[in-house]
Amino acid sequence: MNVFDIAALNLWYGNFQALKEVSLAAADAEITALIGPSGCGKSTLLKTLNRMNDLIPGCRISGDARLRGQDIYTELPVNELRRRVGMVFQKPNPFPMSVYDNIAFGPRAHGIKSRLALDETVEKTLRAAAIWDEVKDRLRKSALGLSGGQQQRLCIARALAVTPEALLLDEPTSALDPISTGKIEELLLTLKKDYCIIIVTHNMQQATRISDKTAFFLLGEMIEYDHTKKIFSLPRDKRTEDYVTGRFG
Amino acid sequence: MKISFQKNNRKFSEIFLGALTWGAALLMCAVLIYIVGFIVWRGAPYLKPSLFSPVYNSVNVSLLPALVSTVYMTVFALALALPFGLGAAVYLAEYARRGRKVVRMIRLATETLAGIPSIIHGLFGMLFFVTYLGWGFSLLAGVFTLTVMILPLIMRASEEALLATPDSYREGAFALGAGKLRVVFRIVLPAAAPGVLAGVILAVGRIVGETAALIYTAGTVAQMPFAETGPPLVDVFSSVRTLSVHMYALTREGLHTNEGFATAATLLIVVIAVNAAAARLAGRVGRNGA
Repeated sequence: MNVFDIAALNLWYGNFQALKEVSLAAADAEITALIGPSGCGKSTLLKTLNRMNDLIPGCRISGDARLRGQDIYTELPVNELRRRVGMVFQKPNPFPMSVYDNIAFGPRAHGIKSRLALDETVEKTLRAAAIWDEVKDRLRKSALGLSGGQQQRLCIARALAVTPEALLLDEPTSALDPISTGKIEELLLTLKKDYCIIIVTHNMQQATRISDKTAFFLLGEMIEYDHTKKIFSLPRDKRTEDYVTGRFG
Repeated sequence: MKISFQKNNRKFSEIFLGALTWGAALLMCAVLIYIVGFIVWRGAPYLKPSLFSPVYNSVNVSLLPALVSTVYMTVFALALALPFGLGAAVYLAEYARRGRKVVRMIRLATETLAGIPSIIHGLFGMLFFVTYLGWGFSLLAGVFTLTVMILPLIMRASEEALLATPDSYREGAFALGAGKLRVVFRIVLPAAAPGVLAGVILAVGRIVGETAALIYTAGTVAQMPFAETGPPLVDVFSSVRTLSVHMYALTREGLHTNEGFATAATLLIVVIAVNAAAARLAGRVGRNGA
């Protein structure tokens, strides 16, 4: 069963149409990469899937977007939707508090108070995000003291702590060095077994390295959506070919 | 030839400007040290135990009642102004849509309120709290007048601090499915706490240094603000004087100028202690935060 089903989705910021008739399905245990030049709507689509667009004034949406068959705008309370669909941002954004409290923030927001349960969640998610060994001795210290790559893995752990079904990542490695990027990519490949992952990336190599499917966007339209191998070797559309071969973008 | 001349010229102007800025900094320090030194030098010899007697009379001119009244005045005014100021700031920064007309009007009103001379606040306080509401010259009237005075200070400082909190914190918290209240109280406010505290320090400075507005509202009676049953119960309708007002009274009468200086020295110490405590608190909040 698909985790996300999107059909004929349109989105406007004021009078500007940022998404035009986008249809896409994302399945469990798969990484879907969204690629395309800046301003093509890929981040906008990502932010629609957990309704972060709600925070932007003047944002209007039509069409159909479903999480496991439930309409994300009418059938799911927004906080429940965001719990089930985690998000990691371009710039690592740990909260200005301890490593422990960063992870525990989400579970606490959803009513988990038991010390034991929180301890367990913190360890489990930090292990899942492959950062436990680096921070286990400094759980009580500020998360802002971590390196950029560690901060980003902490943010992934933080997203995992509310037991989501899907992870949305908005260029999660664009602010990181190659080694940290490698670690995050490795991590995503491990996490893919248990989550539906959608990643926006400007890095074509990254898309080929980690994603199973790739969607190419241009000026708000989804031009092509197929297996990553296909997109990068035998694209059907001329514009996709021009983009993935580096002729523009 | 020409080049070396220009080089020398630049060197000279660099030295000249350097000396000028250094001199300005030195002058600033010198003025501060002179003022503090002068007050302590004139006041310290008169810091006798009798100056700290629990009851004031015209012989011992005790400053203790004024000191105690100052503490109560400060605590009460802050207790009133902080929730309102912070609340208004949270509304403006977190709830009102940014750039809305109402927001701009509230901001304009706050700035105007902050710019009003304290004597006018005093006049308003006297006409409204003292006369119209019939509170008389009292601790309560003084507290309310001070509250009106420091409200804009606290509000502006808090709003600035809230607006300076990165949106990425809010986004991160919302993306975890946290509700608005939790985001504001658990993420944004703690991050803004040092800025709010800076506003509180400014407010304390304003309260402790205020005279004009208080003479017209709290009066000038040199007594403890306690009820007849004794401390810790406070009679909010008793007229009291703060340290600054006490100093003003002593020096105006001209009979106890030296004790006035001793009072000034005490006031100075109190202010320095409050600021140091606040700085430490801000440091601790900041460390927890950052």
